[in-house]
Amino acid sequence: MKNIPISALIGLFFTGLYFLAAIFAPLIAPYGVGEVVGDVWEPSSAEHLLGTDNIGRDLLTRMIYGGQTTIWIATAATALSFTTGSILGFVAAVLGGWVDQTLSRFVDLVMSLPTLIFALVVLSVMPVTVTVLILVMGFLDSTRVYRLARSVAVDITVMDYVEAARLRGEKTGWIVFREILPNALSPLVAEMGLRFIFMVLFVSTLSFLGLGVQPPEADWGGIVKENKDGIVYGIPAALIPAIAIATLAISVNLVADWILNRTTSLKGGRGG
Amino acid sequence: MDKLLEVKDLKIEATAYPPGEPPQEITIVEGVSFSLEKGRVLGLIGESGAGKSTIGLSAMAYGRGGVRITGGEVKVNGRDILQAGPSGLRALRGAEVTYVAQSAAAAFNPAKRLMEQIVEATLAHGRFSKKEAEARAVELFTKLGLPDPENIGKRYPHQVSGGQLQRAMTALALCPQPDLVVFDEPTTALDVTTQIDVLAAIKEAIRDTGVAALYITHDLAVVAQVSDDIMVLRNGNTVEYGTTDQIINAPREEYTQALVSVRSINHEEKQPTPDPVLKVGNITARYASAAEDVLKDVSVEIHPGQTLAVVGESGSGKSTLARVITGLLPPREGQIVFGDRTLPPALEQRTKEDLRELQMIYQMADVAMNPRQTIRTIIGRPLEFYFGLRGSEKTKRVQELLDEIELGDGFMDRYPAELSGGQKQRVCIARALAAKPKLIICDEVTSALDPLVADGILKLLLDLQKIEDVAYLFITHDLATVKAIADSIAVMYQGSVVRYGPKSEVLSPPFDDYTDLLLSSVPEMKLGWLEEVLAHRKMESAGH
Repeated sequence: MKNIPISALIGLFFTGLYFLAAIFAPLIAPYGVGEVVGDVWEPSSAEHLLGTDNIGRDLLTRMIYGGQTTIWIATAATALSFTTGSILGFVAAVLGGWVDQTLSRFVDLVMSLPTLIFALVVLSVMPVTVTVLILVMGFLDSTRVYRLARSVAVDITVMDYVEAARLRGEKTGWIVFREILPNALSPLVAEMGLRFIFMVLFVSTLSFLGLGVQPPEADWGGIVKENKDGIVYGIPAALIPAIAIATLAISVNLVADWILNRTTSLKGGRGG
Repeated sequence: MDKLLEVKDLKIEATAYPPGEPPQEITIVEGVSFSLEKGRVLGLIGESGAGKSTIGLSAMAYGRGGVRITGGEVKVNGRDILQAGPSGLRALRGAEVTYVAQSAAAAFNPAKRLMEQIVEATLAHGRFSKKEAEARAVELFTKLGLPDPENIGKRYPHQVSGGQLQRAMTALALCPQPDLVVFDEPTTALDVTTQIDVLAAIKEAIRDTGVAALYITHDLAVVAQVSDDIMVLRNGNTVEYGTTDQIINAPREEYTQALVSVRSINHEEKQPTPDPVLKVGNITARYASAAEDVLKDVSVEIHPGQTLAVVGESGSGKSTLARVITGLLPPREGQIVFGDRTLPPALEQRTKEDLRELQMIYQMADVAMNPRQTIRTIIGRPLEFYFGLRGSEKTKRVQELLDEIELGDGFMDRYPAELSGGQKQRVCIARALAAKPKLIICDEVTSALDPLVADGILKLLLDLQKIEDVAYLFITHDLATVKAIADSIAVMYQGSVVRYGPKSEVLSPPFDDYTDLLLSSVPEMKLGWLEEVLAHRKMESAGH
């Protein structure tokens, strides 16, 4: 533990704090999530540590539940994009030929469309539920993971041990999960932290635009949207979720950087 | 006499970072002393890890990758260069002392023309004017036997062959008129027939320019041809230091004797049987995007329990032959008969039994094993896959195999990274044997290993052949290996088999031109061999 650099420790601390707050939200939140407990935009006080929001709900409570929603959606979407993206990427690298061509060109096609616009179009015709959000975000992001996974796996498939497995007559499943996956894991894990951040930013953006998490459910992007008018009157309520998004992004990045530095054989870069 | 280079009691250290442990100081070289006079050549010889390159670079006061020179003194022309500051070192490197690297292909900048790179250091040090330097370079090109010396400098590195590039690099090192050149394995990456030309060119250039040289190599036979003195190194210590004549003809230390007498395996040639285990019939093959055949009408046979050695230089198609036999590259024409059945051309169409009976061992044991699997999984997987062995039965068989390859207990749960090069190759052999194959294809299995370790592997393979009655298709460029283990030999050149038959026949005259060239190019462990061969060749060409 003593070898962890200070930046990574700071990152671990904040990341841990936000995740714990999200997990134990019902236990630590002082009020109900939709409960109106005070006046509009009350300043911080003993009862309301962060003050109240645009319709008098406790902002700390909103922040804790909002964090829960944001982190849950981002985590689930990251998990989805990683499983589909990396498995398809590995399969494309191992099988090559038309499978690789079809998958890769389809991914090119999806990637050529601006992500946000694509998401906005899909979400405006579909019912916006948390499940749909996770599916759409996971699908869009899996194209990036696919690219990374494929490029890492292409380097591994030319290794003699993969050829040895082929000559033994192993099926694609064994080659993907037993030969390639263990060797591709470290760059993918490092990438996962960064993708998670993009998910947090993405879901916050969607909510801010009104196509993400729907009221009265809270999420950080939504809280910014609800309170943004206060800024005109000098009320900082909108800044608090913004700061939360920023600190989460930075701290996860610090942790990811630390993992990246510890990973010796990084292939394929970080992607965007 | 004036000492050009004097190294006294050299000590070189580095910091190792073992995973999960605090960093450790390790000593790479200790107590090494030697001296070199003008116009002499000292050969530094040893296995990998002996510290020979590290010592060679210390003549430029350079430590590669965090290596520190911590003790002793290195004097060049009477100055202790370890005490010289950065500007003193800058003046020394590339002017007084120059360096020839093992891989010229990696040492040249691919985006610049040769001439520009060859005169670069000379100009930077102000040794000659641009015109003089270029004239010198052309002169060196001529001396080194490069074709079209006037114009070859205008080419880019990828436009000349590997042997030519290595000679260009020698020209680069000699251009500033240095006092000392450090040659770091300059011919190791070259084919044997190219090596001899480069070796002769280097030797002549050294003699003509009167430069002193440190010649680093792992091949005693090579160093015997060029150097006046030899220092044998092992684990950073001097084993023996003497004249070339003494080291080769009267080695005192046991280790040196082992190096001199390496490849002393005596293998009795076996007679062909009526039923070959593998019959390769008129194979012609090419790679998907290529317009030319890599294999042209190749036919060979392998008999049960015997070894066919396929010899040739890089690009001769010998590894492609292995790919065709294993089914990785379906041939365009011809067929492969294995035992009593004709194998389908492509891997996907072959049965599990076909795959089991035909195993392969690779050149680089490092990449032939999944670094994330333990030895238990690596050897156990074929047992599980082909024979359905599980649990204690599997463990028992893995241990038997480990005993067979002379590794014994305590290896089962190690990862490949925890093994030495020779041990890794042994595990690969065990993995192939686990399938109980009839034929094992050995693709350059000893060429990445140190000579003594390679010897051990060859002996093991021969012993296993007796026990398991397995046949080998042994692909190699090393004729000494072939002599040691083969029953029959196929010599390949540009995709065709130019000579094929029992070992005794292939290796006895009359030879075809290529086999003669190949055989005569293998360095022999005796003084004056290079001159003999060159003289022999000149006579030949004069006779034609």
